[in-house]
Amino acid sequence: MARALINVPPKAKKGEIITIKTLISHEMETGYRHDNVGKPIPRNIITQFVCTYNGLEVFRADLYPAIAANPFITFNTVATATGTFEFKWTGDNGFAQTETANITVE
Amino acid sequence: MKPPERCIFVVGALICAMTSPLLIARAAEIPLNERKSGSEFMGPDTRAMQDDDTANPGTFWVLDGEALWKRKVGAAGKSCADCHGEASESMKGVAARYPAFNAARGRPVNLDQQINICRAERQQATPLPLEAKELLALNAYVARQSRGMPIDVTIDERTQPFLEAGRATFYRRQGQLNFACAQCHDDNWKEKLAGSPITQAHPTGYPLYRLEWQNVGSLQRRLRNCISGMRVDNYPLGAPELVDLELFLMWRARGMPIETPAVRP
Repeated sequence: MARALINVPPKAKKGEIITIKTLISHEMETGYRHDNVGKPIPRNIITQFVCTYNGLEVFRADLYPAIAANPFITFNTVATATGTFEFKWTGDNGFAQTETANITVE
Repeated sequence: MKPPERCIFVVGALICAMTSPLLIARAAEIPLNERKSGSEFMGPDTRAMQDDDTANPGTFWVLDGEALWKRKVGAAGKSCADCHGEASESMKGVAARYPAFNAARGRPVNLDQQINICRAERQQATPLPLEAKELLALNAYVARQSRGMPIDVTIDERTQPFLEAGRATFYRRQGQLNFACAQCHDDNWKEKLAGSPITQAHPTGYPLYRLEWQNVGSLQRRLRNCISGMRVDNYPLGAPELVDLELFLMWRARGMPIETPAVRP
C-alpha cells in the first residue's frame, strides 16, 4: 500500500475556513515513455481523488498523465461540524487507497 | 596590407577579452558569512514544501528508512537497530560528519558507502546498489536525525590529501566546455543559467527530493548531473573522485545546517 500524508487541523471554530493538505506516494507513470529496449511502459497513474466530510463530498479532482509523481493536493473547506474527513484515491491497475482524519469543531 | 593587420588585431583583442577574465579564473572563495544554502535561492512555494513534513515528499523516504532500520537482514539476522539502537540518539549528527575516514579502506567513505560496509560486514547482507530506493531511504532516515545540526567533516592529516584532491577537481577546468565547478559556483552564483539560479553548490540537504527528478537522489547523482552538463567523461557512481569532491563540498559548507530531506526544484 502506498504511503499517504494528511494534514488536517485537529481543531477549528465553526464556520472557519481550513486548509487541508494531502500527499500520496505514487510513481505516476505517464504511459508515454519507453524502456531501454523500446517497449512502451504502460500507464500507471492515479485518476481520481475525492474528499468527503461526514459523508458529504467537499472536493474532487481528476488526475491526468501530466501530474507529477507523488501528487500533492491541497484545498480549503469550511469547518461545519465535528467529524471525519475521508480521502480516497483511485487509479490504474485497480489502485485504491482510503485515509481518514478527524476534526473537532467548537 | 593594412586592413588584414587590423583585422588580426581585432580578433586578437577579442580573444584576449574573452579569455583573460577566465585565465585569472581562481576567483576568491565565497566568504563564510556570504554563503547561502540552495534553499535560499528557491521560491517560497518550494521552501514551504521543504519545511512542512506533510508536504515534503522526502518524508516518504524517511518513513521507509525508519522501517528498514528495524528490519533484520542478511546471514547475521541483524537489523541496524540491533547494533545502533534508537537512530534519534545514535545517528544524531552522523550525517554532518560524512564523508569520514575509513581506516580499513585507507580513504574517506560517504554515508551510502558506510551503510553498505555495515551491511556487508555486520549484517552479512548483499550491499545495496547505489541510488537504489532502499539505500536512499536508509540514508535519508539517518541524515534526517542531523537536521539543523552544523556540517562538521573532520579534516586531519589522514583526510587532508583527499580534501585537496576534491578541491583540485572543483577548480580544474575539464570537459568539452573547458569549465571548472568554481566558474559557476564561486564566481557566478548571483547569476542565472537558462533562467534558473546557479546557486553556491552547498550540499546541505542530501539525499534530497528534486522536483525535476520526481524522486529522491544522492549528492553523487546531482554531481554527475552537473558534470555531464559540462560535457566531461563522467565519473561512475561511487568513484573516489566523487567522494573526494563530496568531502571538499562538505568542508566548503562547514557550519551550515543540515536540511535533509531537502526539496529542490
